[in-house]
Amino acid sequence: MTDTPLSQIRNFAIIAHIDHGKSTLADRLIQATGTVAARDMKEQLLDNMELERERGITIKAQTVRLNYRAKDGRDYVFNLMDTPGHVDFAYEVSRSLAACEGSLLVVDASQGVEAQTLANVYQAIEAGHEIVPVLNKIDLPAAEPDRVKQQIEDVVGLDATDAVEISAKTGLNIEGVLEAIATRLPPPTGNPDGALKALLVDSWYDPYLGVVVLVRVKDGHLRKGQRIRMMSNGSVHTIEQVGVFTPKMVPAASLGPGEMGFVTAAIKTVADTNVGDTITDDRAPAREALPGFKPSIPVVWCGLYPVDADDFEKLRESLAKLRLNDASFHYEPETSAALGFGYRCGFLGLLHLEIIQERLSREFDLDLIATAPSVVYKIRKTNGEEIELHNPADMPDGSVIDSIQEPWIKATILVPDDYLGAVLTLCNDRRGQQVELTYVGNRAMAVYRLPLNEVVFDFYDRLKSVSRGYASFDYQMDGYEEGDLVKISILVNAEPVDALSFMAHRSAADRRGRQICEKLKELIPRQLFKIPIQAAIGGRVIARETISALSKDVTAKCYGGDITRKRKLLEKQKEGKKRMRQFGKVEIPQSAFIAALKMDA
Amino acid sequence: MEPLALYIHWPFCAAKCPYCDFNSHVRERVDQARFRAALRRELAFEAERSGRRTLVSIFFGGGTPSLMDPATAAALIADARALFDAAPDIEITLEANPTSVEAATLGAFRDAGVNRASLGVQSLREAPLRFLGRRHDAAQAIAALEIARGLFPRLSFDLIYARPGQQEADWRAELREALALAADHLSLYQLTIEPGTRFATEYARGAFALPDGDDAARLYAATAEEAARFGLAPYEVSNYAKPGAESRHNLQYWRYGDYLGIGPGAHGRLSFGDTLRATRRHRAPEEWLARVERDGHAITGEEALSPADRAREALLMGLRLAEGIDPARIAARSVLPFEAAVDPAMLAACLEEGYVEWTPAGRLRATDEGRLRLDALLPALLR
Repeated sequence: MTDTPLSQIRNFAIIAHIDHGKSTLADRLIQATGTVAARDMKEQLLDNMELERERGITIKAQTVRLNYRAKDGRDYVFNLMDTPGHVDFAYEVSRSLAACEGSLLVVDASQGVEAQTLANVYQAIEAGHEIVPVLNKIDLPAAEPDRVKQQIEDVVGLDATDAVEISAKTGLNIEGVLEAIATRLPPPTGNPDGALKALLVDSWYDPYLGVVVLVRVKDGHLRKGQRIRMMSNGSVHTIEQVGVFTPKMVPAASLGPGEMGFVTAAIKTVADTNVGDTITDDRAPAREALPGFKPSIPVVWCGLYPVDADDFEKLRESLAKLRLNDASFHYEPETSAALGFGYRCGFLGLLHLEIIQERLSREFDLDLIATAPSVVYKIRKTNGEEIELHNPADMPDGSVIDSIQEPWIKATILVPDDYLGAVLTLCNDRRGQQVELTYVGNRAMAVYRLPLNEVVFDFYDRLKSVSRGYASFDYQMDGYEEGDLVKISILVNAEPVDALSFMAHRSAADRRGRQICEKLKELIPRQLFKIPIQAAIGGRVIARETISALSKDVTAKCYGGDITRKRKLLEKQKEGKKRMRQFGKVEIPQSAFIAALKMDA
Repeated sequence: MEPLALYIHWPFCAAKCPYCDFNSHVRERVDQARFRAALRRELAFEAERSGRRTLVSIFFGGGTPSLMDPATAAALIADARALFDAAPDIEITLEANPTSVEAATLGAFRDAGVNRASLGVQSLREAPLRFLGRRHDAAQAIAALEIARGLFPRLSFDLIYARPGQQEADWRAELREALALAADHLSLYQLTIEPGTRFATEYARGAFALPDGDDAARLYAATAEEAARFGLAPYEVSNYAKPGAESRHNLQYWRYGDYLGIGPGAHGRLSFGDTLRATRRHRAPEEWLARVERDGHAITGEEALSPADRAREALLMGLRLAEGIDPARIAARSVLPFEAAVDPAMLAACLEEGYVEWTPAGRLRATDEGRLRLDALLPALLR
């Protein structure tokens, strides 16, 4: 079933904004080609992680092989590549795209092009893809196919005359999509007799098979029993199985040029399988690797702590298990006076952070506290030494700091004209530098350079709220720059709460300090003693609030029959105190920290 | 051996008040003779175990013990006097409701040996009395107080304040009227919503609101101020008395002395040498009765309290009192060094904040400010 002639293979990805119908279209293609029996159809077949399904986002790349007899009478093999759909996974997306020759650009015919679509379509163009525009939801009354076609031409610069108009939901014109794939997308090229070069697109951990590697063969063949070598690190494995996804894993004798499929080779952790790596034959290795490989580097860090200190061991095990399947996040042990023992974890971006956090709570039943996300700062010390700062709590004393550099991003924001003013104000407030401002119909596209540090602090939420949800946002990393940055410490009852300290630009320090003090005042319940809350830069207090002592708390009646109950209540209260953090004579419930930290996220 | 106080629980009421979470039950008919016999059996059972001790107090509580046959009180008082050595100034208290029916029987209780009455007046205003589900009006309450004052040398009554929407000025006026009725002892409780009561349901549903902490604190301060004008001092969180008029029975609890509790749901604390046993009894009246008739008692649980538990109980009770606690007494009652019972750092912090203080006599007491926040103070202070 493999070694299909190159001319009859089509490898393609689907590019779409969330909710524009990518997964539904994929389901329809699978159904229309009879790949999955009707009774096995589940909504959004490809998104098999519960979380992906729920949030409508794809985290891991996946493929499905579709067999299609086209109108020309020939039998084609279509490999549909489902790519991770979020900016945090831009690199992973680029590798998925590198495995294909063409893309379907799916655009909601009532909504038009979104920022995220734009970023991905540019990546597809960069990957040399042939792109077929598909207008989805054509059945909706609000659909404006002509306007959206025009927009595709104006914004994306693609000829949309022959855009395929469909409704994935109702199944309208799915045939048209299949024909377009066969006739309009190019076949792959490759040398069957060359040294093996297979692109490692993604990998995941399977408890029975070990790591399953998703590959696209460029040259040569992958066969059972073959000794393969990872070109990035030289590690060697023996292939146990090769095969294709239907989307079930079906073994095959070999995979040749142009084909997509899987390899298992008793690999124990995905950390050994780097996305973008080139797999070659250990005995007859390729001379050079495929272009574009980059090791993954976390850009956002935060501390994760178990709410219940007894869960630390479980957190450790859970992180190790997650890492089996996601080598792009990093973790190292960390201790906080406020939160106890936990881990400092690095992520590809905020969504990635949120996904890991949610998986920890959902799949591993862990109750966690996350500290405010921090970007990676580069600090040059007066002695010439340079360090990377992942955690504001580790910031060296100001006297030994020569300069601090922070990461910047280039953000693309698409927003209806009505909200543009508010969005520009937001970007300017966050130290943004306008790069470009263009109009597309009644929508504006603003390209801004922004410090990432300003984005991790509630930027998405603010953007959503000032644009009433109409703005779409995408970004890419854009280097480091020196900035006037300070560490703000939060002191509760005159003791610094390490988990709440954060970095900010000096111009925003007072406002941010005040905000968090006010918030903590709301969150920390009044108790026996009054509690001063301060924000400080070094020794200088920049904001202060005081939580007054509670005014009255005493049981009115307590007689002989009440003693036992009262004592037990007291014991329970003391037990409850274990969930609190002691700041001198003051105890702060963890829930207050959690809420304060949530505000930051 | 520690002197004893005796608590006798009469579990029946004419109606259940919406704020009350005591062990009280409404029955159409109560077999007075059987309950009398059963209470006497439990008393005999406990006396057998405790041995002959000095008896400082008897307290008929409930429920509504004024609905008890006065002959039952008479029999129990006689039994107690026979089984123990009654202190010369033994205090014998009866809780009573100020309805006309009950007022009429007070004389019989006096004849049975009762020498102190505690009337559940609750309010001197008609609307709050109805809100609180009381079956008497202010005039009846005042009449009952007059009768009781003529019968008993010592008299107390209860009021409930910090009621929904209650203004400070109104409460001061009502309290002054109450103080003018010349009782030498008052129990003044802020309305508390107890789980499982009708008020709990209504409150949860938002049917009424209570004063917030700041208002409650202001009302509490106003209460002490008014009471002081009439010479009544807050000797306990909710209890006010002229010097010498303090409830000896309740002081026995707060000072963490020994007490026997008989009747449905009654609790006891009884020490033997270095051990201190906590006892509780079946709460349901009929089941209690059946068990006493079968076994001679209806004890459902008894445990020897650990030193730490004893220290906690002694402190949580003792710090309610204006007189505070004697560390030596706490150590003796708990067989635990005082230093092991309290957190020294928190003690220092509370002393500094003025929530507790050492008296010249070496007692530790919660100040007015401390007592106002006792429920927060205790878990901080106690180990």
